[in-house]
Formats: sequence, C-alpha cells, structure tokens
Amino acid sequence: MPDAAADRPELRPALDALSARFPGVVLSVGVEKGEITVRLGKAGLIPVLRSLKEEAGFNALEDIIVLDNLRTAGEGGKRFTVLYQLCRFPGADRVRLAVDVGEDEGLDSAVPVYRSADWAEREAFDMFGVRFEGHPGLRRIYMPDDFEGHPLRKDFPLEGRDGGV
Amino acid sequence: MTETSGKQPFLLTRADAFITWAQKNSLWPFGSGLACCAIEMIATAAARFDIARFGMELFRASPRQADLFIVAGTVTNKMAPVICRLWDQMPDPKWALAMGNCAIGGGPFPTYSVLQGVDKIIPVDVYVAGCPPTPQGLIHGLMILQEKIARSHPTKEILDPDARRSR
Repeated sequence: MPDAAADRPELRPALDALSARFPGVVLSVGVEKGEITVRLGKAGLIPVLRSLKEEAGFNALEDIIVLDNLRTAGEGGKRFTVLYQLCRFPGADRVRLAVDVGEDEGLDSAVPVYRSADWAEREAFDMFGVRFEGHPGLRRIYMPDDFEGHPLRKDFPLEGRDGGV
Repeated sequence: MTETSGKQPFLLTRADAFITWAQKNSLWPFGSGLACCAIEMIATAAARFDIARFGMELFRASPRQADLFIVAGTVTNKMAPVICRLWDQMPDPKWALAMGNCAIGGGPFPTYSVLQGVDKIIPVDVYVAGCPPTPQGLIHGLMILQEKIARSHPTKEILDPDARRSR
C-alpha cells in the first residue's frame, strides 16, 4: 500500500489552502505513484512554488524531472510533463508538482524562487529541449555545446543521429 | 657478448636491443581513469599486484612525463577531444593501451554519447578485454606490450622520421 503510506494528512490543510488560493491553477491534488502530487496549469507555476516555499516551508527543490508523453499524450495532450520534487526539512515532507508543457511552449524558470533549479533546468533543457524562460543561462550541461537534438526524447535514436564520431 | 679489455669489462649488443630493453622495463604510465576500469588499474598499481615488478610503478599525473597511455574506461564524445589532446602532449616514444570493453569499442554503450572505441582517435598498441579486466588481465596486456616493444626498431625510427609516424 505505498500510496496510502505516502499520504501525509498533516499536509492536507496546506494543500487545500493552496487549491483555494489558486483556483483554476491547481488542477488536482492527490497521491500518485507514492507521492502527494499537485497538478498545475503552467501559468501558475511560479506563484505556487513561491507560496509553497515561503508559506508552507518547503525549503528545498530536490530535482526537476521531465516525462516525454510522445506515445501517451493522445490527441490534444501536451508533449512533456515537468515534475518538481519539493522537500521540507527537518521532517522530510515531500510534495510533487506536475506541469504539462507542449513541445513549442516555454515554461517559467524556477531559478528566482529556488537557486537549485539552475542546473536542474539546464539538464531538462539539454535532455528534453524544454525551454525555461527567464533562466540566467540556459545552455547544455551534459552534452557538448555543438550537439544537435535532445537525447532523452522518445523519438531520439539511441545510437545518435550521426552514428557517433 | 661479454669481453674484457685490459681490466675494464664491456658488453656488446645491438642498439635496438639495448634501447628497447630500457624502454620496456621502465614504462611510465599515464592513467586516465574514466570509469570503473580505473579501480582495477589502481589495484594493479597497489601492493597485491604490484606493477613495480615491471618497472611501471611511476604513474604520472602529467602526460608530458609519461610514455604509456592507459585508457581505462568509457570515453564519451565530450571527453574525446581531451583524450586526443593528452595523447598529443605525450612525448615520443609513446604507447597506448585500451583497457576494457568501453575503450576497445564502446562496450555496453552503443549510444549517442559514447565514443565507439578509443582507437578512432588515438593509435592503440594493446587491447585488454574485460568489463572490467582484472589486474592480472592488465598485467598480461602490459607484458604483451613489452614483447611488442622488444620487437620494435627504435634506431630505424631515429634515422627515418617517417617510420616513427607510421608506427
């Protein structure tokens, strides 16, 4: 029963307040894949992050994860889902924010709220090509600067496009 | 052939034999530990396997002081220019040993980010297979390299610069 174990009733008031404060932005709050997950529209990402950090005490952005929904998005679905893993310590309470973003859309950078978003967003850009608007220096972090394409996209061939060096 | 002229003993040999004898028994490795193979390379240098028995214990931190390039591990495309430059910085005569399946041909990573064999960018003398190779495997490769050096003709390379380039 990992889902039930992941539900933290003590977080409920804060999350319910979040839904009430950002109507239309918070799409759903629930336990998904073992973690409390808040689904958001992309316009409300930064206010929600700032509220969680400054009012609910989530003092760490642990990671930014990108999912490529190439084969599962369906008609009208967005290409990527960007997940923000937040942590509050001491206590290690965790919340996951999920934002859908299309292939040709940008997403507001979380760097003004969490400095740790800097390299995480560069990684997301390098591997998936998600653009973060307002990032202080959005360049590749793993691949060489002259690399073409975004290798963790589902339609990127494993061997690379040019067959290696 | 050992002779004595008066009281001074002396020794006659071919220059090639003498030079290669010195070269093969005092290889100074430049270890580029790029992945898990580095652990086995370090174990080879440590007391239990003791690479010093072959005169190779002087692992150098600078390519300019080394004559054996041990490429130990996965060479990524991003690292490839660095490996190339380090090789160019090593003074002649020099040898290269590809340690492990990654350095030989990409190993288990036939991917966009991994160079499919370090011999695409530098000339490799000896390939040591394994994932990773054991210290015994690396030492075997080094002994093969010693045999290869013993068969070489450094005087020919001194007299003919083209021969050195095509080695």
